[in-house]
Amino acid sequence: MLTNLISDDRPRSLILTGLLLGILFCLALAPFLFPGVRSLETAARICIFIVLVASYDLLLGYSGIVSFAHTMFFGLGAYGVALASVHMGRGYDALIVGTVSGAVASALLALLIGLFSLRVRAIFFAMITLAVASAVAVLVSQLSGLTGGEDGLNYSIPRELTPAFKLGSLFGVSITGKLLNYYLVFFASLALFLLLLRIVNSPFGRVLQAIRENDFRAEAIGYRVVFYRTLATCLSAAVAAIAGSLFAIWLRYVGPDTTLSFEIMLDILLMVVIGGMGTMYGAVIGATIFVLAQNYLQNLMGVASGATEGLPLIPQLLDPDRWLLWLGVLFILSVYFFPTGIVGRLRSED
Amino acid sequence: MSDPILELSGVHTDIAQYHILQGVDLVVPRGGVTMLLGRNGVGKTTTLRTIIGHWQAKSGSLRFDGADITSLPTPARARAGIGFVPEDMGIFSDLTVEENMILAAASGPLDPARLDWIFAAFPPLRTFWRSEAGNLSGGQKQMLSIARAMAEERQLYLIDEPTKGLAPAIISTMAGALRDLKKKGASILLVEQNFSVAKALGDTAAVMDDGRIVWAGQMAELAGDAALQERLMGLTMEAH
Repeated sequence: MLTNLISDDRPRSLILTGLLLGILFCLALAPFLFPGVRSLETAARICIFIVLVASYDLLLGYSGIVSFAHTMFFGLGAYGVALASVHMGRGYDALIVGTVSGAVASALLALLIGLFSLRVRAIFFAMITLAVASAVAVLVSQLSGLTGGEDGLNYSIPRELTPAFKLGSLFGVSITGKLLNYYLVFFASLALFLLLLRIVNSPFGRVLQAIRENDFRAEAIGYRVVFYRTLATCLSAAVAAIAGSLFAIWLRYVGPDTTLSFEIMLDILLMVVIGGMGTMYGAVIGATIFVLAQNYLQNLMGVASGATEGLPLIPQLLDPDRWLLWLGVLFILSVYFFPTGIVGRLRSED
Repeated sequence: MSDPILELSGVHTDIAQYHILQGVDLVVPRGGVTMLLGRNGVGKTTTLRTIIGHWQAKSGSLRFDGADITSLPTPARARAGIGFVPEDMGIFSDLTVEENMILAAASGPLDPARLDWIFAAFPPLRTFWRSEAGNLSGGQKQMLSIARAMAEERQLYLIDEPTKGLAPAIISTMAGALRDLKKKGASILLVEQNFSVAKALGDTAAVMDDGRIVWAGQMAELAGDAALQERLMGLTMEAH
């Protein structure tokens, strides 16, 4: 049953299996293991970014397509929920309409971009996605009447998903709407991840891998490369949009910086590379490490800086304000020591 | 003579600024093996790649099984019944042998009887069925490359130098498999530099020079005429 659930795609490494089970356990019980607003915020972000990174890996790792428009699809999903909630009012129907319309709009836009540019060389596709993503980001900032511009949009979601909704307590943790919201994000992310795992392990996924390795050979067998690449782009865009919708439901706010910025695109790329391209489990490892580092490296450095106070230079180097510098160093080291990503390295050692 | 399976008339193909095929006229009879011979760089591989559609013919026409395929894209030519085994093998290294074979059967599931026949021709493929194709030896990769073309029944197989760089024992396995394929009634257009293999397998032959077919006839006629070989290819089969 379990192997069927993961589409018979086993981690193929004992350490990796342990890591994945550990992450699943921590995320499943996060509200009880790590009570507190910040830790719950981090856990929800990890869930959402696992899906976002895995959907990008369907493109980059499995299909060999470089796209810079992934945050655009993520943003479309988020704005879908926000706009539906603003215009339809608080309610589950608004969340469903927003999520579905965001996913459909993203898939259609991906189809359009794909049909125009996937026939040409990969670099042109990458450039076109960059141009379209930039144009959409500018448009969202400029159309302030509709999107709230740079300020973004605040909106209400059903009360059962907000901190105001209280159900009592369990194991000393108060059960609120925020906790229910977390489990909505957790289970939806888990379902989307398993869906992506199924896609890459299906005959369709195998054809994508064949195309990535040798597109001419795949054509010579009889596969229409443009069709498969376009379908992969649409699926990836739709899943990214649903991840964006979950993010919007979680935050109850959307803005260009939180959903459409190019920085998020770079983060996604780094997470894919750190975790390991062409493996869905790489998305889990990459997103977990990256989001944890983003949220806790600064604190860790504060502690380290305090502990080395008497030493020359080191406390200054470990100053919490320099956390981005150390984050960069960590990534350079991880790419140097794990060129095939952490998952690739762990699998090759077993 | 029955209708030819493939007919090329006045085919010209450019690769970037180079004019490689300069009016190829080639007839491949239905059934049997047609050898495409010639020195290095005369356009043999480009001819095969033009037939499968990797390179589009600039002018001229290609007819396959009576239909004009000149403007068809590669996947349509493959689905029409042309199998292609490239010189570089083109296996999918990250996928297992099994996955390579499943992908090769593009129109449906693998036929078990056909798979047994392939295993009989290439026993190592059964042994390494679940292994990543990238971990196979050179000879095993070539076996997989040909086996993939054999995974579905095709009317015409285009095979580019299948014995290149292989050990004699594996060459004999390859030749045996191609002979089997021929017995099943397939038509094969084979580019081969190993003249003993060419002589053993070929029914008809076409010799290329400077992007054109300069001679076409029975393989036995070419194999038995050292002077003709010397004139067409600059060397004799015995000398090779």
